[in-house]
Amino acid sequence: MSNGNARWRSAAGQILPRVIAIGALLLAWWATTASGLFSESVLPSPGAVLQAFADSFVTPDPPRESILQAAQASLIRLVVGLSIGIVVGTIIGLAMATWVSVQRSVGSLMAGLQALPSISWLPLAIIWFGLSERAVLFVVIIAAIPAVAIASASSIRLVPPLLVRAGRTLGARRWVLQRHVVLPAAVPGYVAGLQSAWALAWRALMAGELISTGGKGLGHLLDANRQLFLVSRIFAVMLMIIIVGMGVEALFGIWDRRIRAKRGLLVAT
Amino acid sequence: MRTERSLVAVPEAGAGRPKLSARGVSKTFRNARGGTVSALGEVNLDIAEGEFVCLIGPSGCGKTTLLNLFAGLDRPDAGEILMSGAPVTQPGPDRTVLFQEPALFPWLSVQANVEFALKLIGVPSDERPDRAMHWLRRVHLGRFANAQPHELSGGMRSRAALARALACQPEVLLADEPFAALDAQTREILQAELQEVWLETRNTFVFVTHNVREAVFLADRVVLMSAPPGSFVAEHRISAPRPREYEDVLLTKVVVDIHEHLLKEVEKVVEREREMA
Repeated sequence: MSNGNARWRSAAGQILPRVIAIGALLLAWWATTASGLFSESVLPSPGAVLQAFADSFVTPDPPRESILQAAQASLIRLVVGLSIGIVVGTIIGLAMATWVSVQRSVGSLMAGLQALPSISWLPLAIIWFGLSERAVLFVVIIAAIPAVAIASASSIRLVPPLLVRAGRTLGARRWVLQRHVVLPAAVPGYVAGLQSAWALAWRALMAGELISTGGKGLGHLLDANRQLFLVSRIFAVMLMIIIVGMGVEALFGIWDRRIRAKRGLLVAT
Repeated sequence: MRTERSLVAVPEAGAGRPKLSARGVSKTFRNARGGTVSALGEVNLDIAEGEFVCLIGPSGCGKTTLLNLFAGLDRPDAGEILMSGAPVTQPGPDRTVLFQEPALFPWLSVQANVEFALKLIGVPSDERPDRAMHWLRRVHLGRFANAQPHELSGGMRSRAALARALACQPEVLLADEPFAALDAQTREILQAELQEVWLETRNTFVFVTHNVREAVFLADRVVLMSAPPGSFVAEHRISAPRPREYEDVLLTKVVVDIHEHLLKEVEKVVEREREMA
């Protein structure tokens, strides 16, 4: 009984601050719009945005697509682009961890690439691939590759030497040592790297869709609503971007926590 | 009388070919400022098959360095390490190591850790679970086979590491202060358990420690190393019968002797550090 009570209290302690923060934001927003300082067409009220959000599911927006179709299109692009980025980035990262020469050459290229916001590749991508799906995908992939490569290389470099020594004294060598000791030991660092890679890819995707016309997607829907001056619809799409983003973030978070819990790396909060 | 010969004859060094030997071995390390530190002077040591040798000495005397050389984790600058007469060039499951930390693989359950060791020595997969459980029960961890290493106490983790090392059925077991991080009570219990298991398996054992009581309790022979660069300064044969008791008066006498000797070496180190400061 007291145990259940304590659990309820700790759950309340986690949720309550969030509820208060969101409530305060909504209240301030509502107060601003209710004051009549701004016209409804420039800053719609929370209620109007909620209405627009609901509407955008039911009736297709003026430009061809509903918000669900747009979210689906964006998610597919994210999954395809991120997958390619992860595969290529992991291969580069493994090569960096294996050969010092690759680390010095390609590694510094990756660091440089990471300093360049991936959206700045879009003009080139449009010239190379046209205003197409491929141009946006290219930007997503180029966003993910350096993050994944650097994370996988450093997660391998940071494997505790003691575990490698233990593996060697048990008789593990070369490929067996890599496959059964080094790679599993590197997994937590690698997953943390994927978490930052997906966030970079998601930002790149939204920016790419926003700029590159044609095709569906949440970024594109944002731009279409801007052209029609549907401010509450713009807010509705932004809300959808947050929801999809938090959903993907939660999936990675669950994966990450599961791996760390199994190894006793989870710090109790 | 307790002074009679031990129940099992202590093998004399030099009787037949030694199991493990260091011949004129020395090792120097480079420090961060580019200078060199001599970790191990020229040392010679022969260890007979089935012998339990404890290496003891002040910190920095090269005990761990020597152990790593025996393990094949490091190569000597001069001289050679021989196992059954053949030069040691790399680590292998015939010379398993118990490290200062248990070094269990955190992504594997306790049983899977032991099974991994069995897999590496070529045990077929259908035999691994039974053999892993055999060793885990042997160290009283049968009920914790499915636990993850981080769920165990420090003493239980040390037991798991011992089970994993024994499962390799190594000819030589090397231990580098495996119980140093444990509290005194747990430590004594584990020493007694180790003695019990070893009386069955009789692996050749090289055990590094800075704890004189531990060394005297476990060893056939205690080798005392000097202040760095390490070399051997004294050797004590402990012929008390096994199983030994921790409170054995005769053992306590030996402990006092060795302790005095060790203290002199430690003082040398402290003096040198003061001069340098």
